Amino acid sequence: MNADRLTIAGREFCSRLWVGTGKYKDFIQTQKAIEVSGADVVTVAVRRVNITDRNSENLLDYIDPKKYTILPNTAGCYTVEDAVRYARLARAAGVSDLVKLEVLGDEKTLFPDTAGLIEAAKILIKEGFIVLPYTNDDPIVAQKLVDIGCPAVMPLAAPIGSGLGIRNPYNLKIILENINVPVIVDAGVGTASDAALAMELGADAVLMNTAIAGAQDPILMAEAMKNGVQAGRLAYRAGRIPRKLYATASTTIEGML
Amino acid sequence: MTIQLNGEPHEVEEGTSVAGLLRTLDICLDQVAVEINLEIMDKRHFESRVLQNDDRVEVMSFIGGGSGGSVL
Repeated sequence: MNADRLTIAGREFCSRLWVGTGKYKDFIQTQKAIEVSGADVVTVAVRRVNITDRNSENLLDYIDPKKYTILPNTAGCYTVEDAVRYARLARAAGVSDLVKLEVLGDEKTLFPDTAGLIEAAKILIKEGFIVLPYTNDDPIVAQKLVDIGCPAVMPLAAPIGSGLGIRNPYNLKIILENINVPVIVDAGVGTASDAALAMELGADAVLMNTAIAGAQDPILMAEAMKNGVQAGRLAYRAGRIPRKLYATASTTIEGML
Repeated sequence: MTIQLNGEPHEVEEGTSVAGLLRTLDICLDQVAVEINLEIMDKRHFESRVLQNDDRVEVMSFIGGGSGGSVL
């Protein structure tokens, strides 16, 4: 039986829902939401350890790196230098050689600086990183990222935290048709139908953070998203009916009076 | 002697190693990365690297985060 696993850079994942760890009320809520979501890939950011408050807890005390695949990101990096520095620090911590590479271009939109992204990706790939780039919905950029060695691409649906859902399903469809590595829709998802739509278009996975953490009931939304991703994936695999302008009756006229 | 630790001045005893510093701060060596004067340290050298006066030390780990935000 086809288990429909997601494979990236030789690693297999059961869940096609990936989640971030930011914006939760506390670590307990973070842990519960992730558990309910069924995600097996979890993104984290790299920041200074709190030296002064030694009672402060660690995120990874609540999210077991043995149970989850930890995917460090370069959140908050606006230059190639910063992104590369943060990726190297993340790897030096000894938890993962995966990196979700973000090189941001603008504070208001948090859209990626794609030129910087490609440059940083080249550097990191040469150093043996497994680079998963947060990119935009430009199919040309997506192809460039694949050409330089990214084993997957992560096009945004909409600005981070915007909850707008998939702004450009047509570009996403073009990316999905032409790119031959997994495509993980990342950023901008708002509710379960957005996630389902991404999967119905053919995305291999969806990554979200604010959509769950910022919901009025994050635990319930985590469950909704788990189901939304599964529903969308099943629908995609099932093969939908075509859209038609006019009706096609479901019942034969044979046997009518 | 004084080092810069995560952006703030910090007093350490002469001869303190990176590992020693982390121990006095009660920071677990797993899951942290250390950068000294913009050079990222190999964990295998934590015990042998002795801190020098004015070293700029950054001790980094993982926090909750999706995307965006601003770095130090």
